[in-house]
Amino acid sequence: MSAAAPGTRLVDQLETGLDAPICLTWELTYACNLACVHCLSSSGRRDPRELSTAECMAVIDELERMQVFYVNIGGGEPTVRRDFWELVDYAVAHRVGVKFSTNGSRISPEIASRIAGTNYVDVQVSLDGATAAVNDRVRGAGSYTTAVRAMENLADAGFEGFKLSVVVTRENVPQLDDFKALADRYHAQLRLTRLRPSGRGADVWDELHPTGAQQRVLYEWLLAHGESVLTGDSFFHLGGYGEALPGLNLCGAGRVVCLIDPIGDVYACPFVIHDEFLAGNVREPGGFARVWRESELFTSLREPQHAGACSSCGLFDKCRGGCMAAKFFTGLPLAGPDPECVLGHGEELLATRGPAPLPKPSVDMSKRAPRRAPAKHCDESPLAVLRSP
Amino acid sequence: MVCVASTDRSAVLDGAWRVASQVAVRQEPFGALVYHFGTRRLTFLKSRALLDVVTVLDAHACARDACRAAGVAEDQMSSYEQALATLADSGMIVSRDAA
Repeated sequence: MSAAAPGTRLVDQLETGLDAPICLTWELTYACNLACVHCLSSSGRRDPRELSTAECMAVIDELERMQVFYVNIGGGEPTVRRDFWELVDYAVAHRVGVKFSTNGSRISPEIASRIAGTNYVDVQVSLDGATAAVNDRVRGAGSYTTAVRAMENLADAGFEGFKLSVVVTRENVPQLDDFKALADRYHAQLRLTRLRPSGRGADVWDELHPTGAQQRVLYEWLLAHGESVLTGDSFFHLGGYGEALPGLNLCGAGRVVCLIDPIGDVYACPFVIHDEFLAGNVREPGGFARVWRESELFTSLREPQHAGACSSCGLFDKCRGGCMAAKFFTGLPLAGPDPECVLGHGEELLATRGPAPLPKPSVDMSKRAPRRAPAKHCDESPLAVLRSP
Repeated sequence: MVCVASTDRSAVLDGAWRVASQVAVRQEPFGALVYHFGTRRLTFLKSRALLDVVTVLDAHACARDACRAAGVAEDQMSSYEQALATLADSGMIVSRDAA
């Protein structure tokens, strides 16, 4: 991103909000054929209240009127929706670009050729390890092979510049160069994002979030690679190490980004699926535009925020207190340091947290534990009990 | 993908330009957002005045005339020249002469 004319600081302008989001995430479904341990949206099963095809099209009409340039479609695994391609085509026909995230399971050679043919569709293949061993531990057995096959199909179809999207964890920080090489091999662009304690991510955050030493390695690596590696601006809390990283260095929640979930609920960002950050629903009168422009929550997020315990810190202008979601789901005050504060203030606070339970996400569509296979008559027990399915 | 080349800055104001066909411009309180669907790059126009210039580029024989029509003072021309060169480098605006 670049600024093209003199003016006041862009970051100050953006903090007061925009007429429409720059970056809108739309989780089309909570259904997923994987069960990643760190899923930010606790996905697994479909919510029966999911927006219908017609309702999704109405949202797209609205995005067109608001001139939202593109939507980041995710889930769940969005391609499992039967109307997924119909909705993609509809969005493109209405000049709303689509970038969708996928685990790659449906990116066949035919699908790859189809999406390689348009500038208005971009794909993000998720992979959280540069080797099957590291990836599959987080994303499930076979998911590495699936993702790599999808990348092969996209590369064979001539799709250049699709995204290889990686959530940075304690286990994959040593693989940053390998991820870059993997992306280069398939003419893809590497995108690294931050592990948040959101959704099921809260359950594994303590073990998987990068150590302080790893954060420093990551920061240096990102600085060295500049704009050739995308980050979704998710590492701005590392700016405290020195030079700011490329991108918008601010929390965009409710100001430049937001989330529409599968049932039309609008949250301040994809990482805060919790009632406290629920701004409204697209099914209400006035639709999405009214939620974006008038909701009480978004209005308050666009007011100057208090730095709290960080107000006396000389680095606040660089990290701006970090990520709201990371603080919220680790039980830290929103006005204060990020749990991964580069000065270690977050860690100090985590160590002194009281016994109060941590906030739980409002939505949990995780698949239930696998059902036991029905007992069979040939079981050794003299009594057979048939379980209902 | 659009081929990104360095634009001859001194010729920018004398050239005839238009917004590229794959580009969308959205007005915002601070100016505008400009998005290129081909390169997927987003650029911020940080003033309404620059938005006005970009909006009327196509209606004028050269960028200098477009700037004047949008009310840009002569002593500000060089900063607009720089801004337009940046937009041209990233393919957001394209030359009408080449078409």
